[in-house]
Amino acid sequence: MIAIVDYGSGNVAAIADILKRLKVPHAITRDHAELRRADRYILPGVGAFDRTMRTLEESGLVAVLNEQVIGLRKKILGICVGMQILGDASDEGSLPGLGWIPGRIKRIDEASIAAPPRLPHMGWNSVRTRVPTPLFKGVDLDQGFYFLHSYYFDAADADCVLATVEYGGEIPCSVGSDNIFGMQFHPEKSHANGVAIFRNFAEI
Amino acid sequence: MLRSRIVPCLLLHKGGLVKTQLFKEPKYVGDPLNAVKIFNEKAVDELMFVDIDATSEGYSPRMALLRNLAVESRMPLCYGGGVTSAEQASKIIATGFEKVSVSAAALDRPTLIKEMAEEIGAQSVVVTIDVKANKLFPGYTIYSHNGRRTRREPLLEFCQRATSLGAGEIVINSIDRDGQMNGYDLSLARQVRDAIETPLTILGGAGSTFHMQALIDAVGIVGAAAGSMFVFKGPYRAVLINYSRPDGAGGQSRA
Repeated sequence: MIAIVDYGSGNVAAIADILKRLKVPHAITRDHAELRRADRYILPGVGAFDRTMRTLEESGLVAVLNEQVIGLRKKILGICVGMQILGDASDEGSLPGLGWIPGRIKRIDEASIAAPPRLPHMGWNSVRTRVPTPLFKGVDLDQGFYFLHSYYFDAADADCVLATVEYGGEIPCSVGSDNIFGMQFHPEKSHANGVAIFRNFAEI
Repeated sequence: MLRSRIVPCLLLHKGGLVKTQLFKEPKYVGDPLNAVKIFNEKAVDELMFVDIDATSEGYSPRMALLRNLAVESRMPLCYGGGVTSAEQASKIIATGFEKVSVSAAALDRPTLIKEMAEEIGAQSVVVTIDVKANKLFPGYTIYSHNGRRTRREPLLEFCQRATSLGAGEIVINSIDRDGQMNGYDLSLARQVRDAIETPLTILGGAGSTFHMQALIDAVGIVGAAAGSMFVFKGPYRAVLINYSRPDGAGGQSRA
C-alpha cells in the first residue's frame, strides 16, 4: 500500500485519483499506525519550504518517516516542495530539511535566463535523464512535465541527480538515492507522463 | 526546452460554463467537470477557470466545485473570481488548484498580492488585468467588475507593481477582443512583455493557432489563452470543446 502523506497539501486527491485508476492500493493518511503499515510513501509539498517542514514536524510525521524510510528503507517519492525538503536546507527558508539527500535548495539564477519570462519557471519543459532509472520508464522526455517553481535542488553528489531540465543551464529536476526519490515538476498534473511516473513508483 | 503554454480559459456562470463577446451575452457552452474530462483527453497544457459572477455579486469562491474539478484534472489549474484574501487563496490551493488569480481585489488593495505570495508562494499568484484600448489617446485603461468599472491605475505601472509585490504571472485580458476571434492585440502584448520579467499570458482575440503563433513570434515564450477558439467550431459558433496547438501537436497521447 502506498501512503500519500496528508498534511495539508492540495494535490493529494489528484494523486489518489491517479493511483485509483492504476488500481494501486493506497491511502491518504496522517495516521501514524496506518503510515507504518504502508510499504511506500508519496510526500507532496505544502507551500514554502519552512511551512512544509514545520507542518510535517508539528504533526509528528518526521519521526515516523525517519523510522520507516531511513530505518526500514521503505521507498518514498517527494513531489515539488516535498522533494526540496529531502535536502539539507533551502535559500527560501531557515529551517533544516530532512537531510536525506545531500544538497541545498537554491534559487534559479535569473541572470542566466536569456530573456523574459524569467521566474518562476512555469510551463511544460523537456527533461533529460542522467542515469537510466526505472522511475522514468515509458516517459516521453521531450514532452516532459509541468513545472512551477523558482528553486531547485543543487545536489552535493552528482550521482544523486536522476534527471535535469534546461532553464538557464541544466538544473536537477529529479533526485534519488537508494530508496528515496524526488521530483520538482508535478507528475500529478502532467498527463500520461505523470501517470507513468506513479505506475513506475508503484512497481520499483 | 520550455514551451509556450496554450491555455483554454473557461468562464463559470450560474454553475455552468459560458462564453461571452465583449464581456457580454454569456452563451452556455457546457458543464465544467465534463470540460475538464475532455481537456484531460486532449492533454491540454493548463486550464484557467474564471467565475464571472463572484466579484460582481460579491460571493466567495465555490470551494466544493473547485475540489471536484481539481480531483479530475490531469493538468494544472488556475482559478479566478471573487478572491479577496490570502486565506481564501490558501484554501483554493488546498483544493488542488496550482494557481490563484486576483483582479479587482488587487486593484483595490495591491498589498493583497504580497500577502498571497507569502501564503501560497509567488509561483501560484496570478494577477489578471482586464483592459480596453483608449479611443481618443494612446494606451489602455484597466477595468474591473466584468468591464463595468473603470480604474485609474496606469496599465504598465500596475503590472510592474504587481510583479514587484510578488505576482508570479500576469494575465492580460483584452475586453475589445473578447469573443471576436480576430487575433490578439499584439501591440498590447509587446508593451506588457517589455515592462515585466515574469511569465505573461494574453487572453482575448485568439481565433486560430495562427493567431497564437503570431503572439509567440511577437513576444517569445508566452501563455496564449483563449475561450471561443476552444469551445466553438465553425462560422455559426456551434458548441464543441476542442483543442489545437500552433506547433500542430494535439498535446500528449491520452493518459
